[in-house]
Order: sequence, then structure tokens, then C-alpha cells
Amino acid sequence: MQDAGQTLETRSAPKNSKWKYMLLGLAAGILNGLFGAGGGVIVVPLLEKFGLDAKRAHATSIAVIFPLSLLSAALYLWRGDLQFTEAFGYIPGGLIGAAGGALLLKKISNDWLRRIFGAIIILSAVRILLR
Amino acid sequence: MQFLIGILAGLTAALGLGGGFILVIYLTTIAGMDQLQSQGINLLFFLPIAILALFIHAKNKMLDWKVLLPAVLAGVFGAGAGFFLSGWMETQWLSKCFAGFIFLVGCKELFHRKQKQPRQADPGQKT
Repeated sequence: MQDAGQTLETRSAPKNSKWKYMLLGLAAGILNGLFGAGGGVIVVPLLEKFGLDAKRAHATSIAVIFPLSLLSAALYLWRGDLQFTEAFGYIPGGLIGAAGGALLLKKISNDWLRRIFGAIIILSAVRILLR
Repeated sequence: MQFLIGILAGLTAALGLGGGFILVIYLTTIAGMDQLQSQGINLLFFLPIAILALFIHAKNKMLDWKVLLPAVLAGVFGAGAGFFLSGWMETQWLSKCFAGFIFLVGCKELFHRKQKQPRQADPGQKT
């Protein structure tokens, strides 16, 4: 059920779906833990399925993935699999891009966001399949 | 070059499009790193980028807070489980299955039917 007065452009999630959200988090967590990344790929389409509009689903997916990435990073560092100094060179540009991207999310249409996301994950899938 | 790649990866990450795609491809194909190392760098790159993006998204009221607590609690449990599984399990065939699955999701998103113009939903209408 949608809240009355919500438009298609700004749909948020129904309130009584705690179990669904837990399942979503569990799936994303397992994927992130297994592959070191990739949990977000499942969070976005699931949130859309649960009724969020694409923009909200994309923004919220970052909030779901962030604490999981923090944990994954800590675990990988602890196991000694990670060299983290090389990440630093990319962070200054990354922060500028992040500010631009976050502001752009407000302006971009849900349809284009879904198309671009679709194209990117198809390319990622092909890359993994050919590896 | 690092700066430019950083901008591109940050931009896509903040849009929730997975900035890892750009950074990991750059690191593996151009910088010549192996996959695991690239993923690690991408993971660490993502953390400060996500903090900034989330700050702006929260200000723009783009976050759905109802989802977060249950999803993150279950997610932390799942991430721990996934991490320990990855230590003693061959994940290569698993990643291929996962790729097949996201390929289908990607097709669905790419070729989805265009949404109708925004309109007021009828109160109580089931969608």
C-alpha cells in the first residue's frame, strides 16, 4: 500500500516490511562478504520491488552498503588481504565526483537512472563471466 | 589520471551506480593490479565517498530511514558470514552464477517500461 498523496516520482517504502528489509540486508551482506563488493547490485532492484522510486532506492542503497563495506574493509584489513595506501590517490577526485553525483541524483529522471544502472551491471556481469 | 578516475568513480558511486565498476576496471586493465587488490582499494575508496554522498542525500531527503535499521542489522550478520565462507570456499563458480543473475537484472532495468508521468496516487490504492 502506498501512503496517500505520494507520487510515482517520490515513492518511499511501506512501513510494515521489516522482514523484507532484513532479508535484503542479509543478502547484500553475504554478497559483500563473499566477493568484497557487489551487495549494492541486489539492494537497488529489491528496494524498487518493495515500492521505492529509483532515486530513493539508489540513495538508500548507499546507506545500506556503507556500514557493510566498513565491516568488510575492517575484516579484509585484519586478515591482511588489503593494502590501503594506494586508495588515497583516488580520494580527492572521488570526493569532488561524489558531491557532483549526489547533487545530480536530485535532477536525473528515474527512467534514466534505471537505464544507466542496467547498462553498468550488464557490463559488470559480462566482465565477470569472461574472467 | 588518478584524480580524473577518482572523479568519475565518485560520481557514479554517489548516484548509487557502483563506482567500483570504474575504479576496479581501471585498476585491473590499466594500472595492472590483480582483481583482489583492486577490490580492496575500491572498498577503501568507497568509504569517504559514501560519507559525503550520504550527507548530501540526507539533506535532500533522498534516504528511506525505515529500511536502514533492519537491513543494516541483518546485513552486518550476512557480511560476517560471507567473509568467513569466502575463506574456505571456492568463490569462482559462485561469482559466475551471480554474474548471470545480475545480467538478467540489468536487462530488466535497461529495458524497463517507461514510468508514467508523476501523478497523485489515489488514497489507499494498491499498486
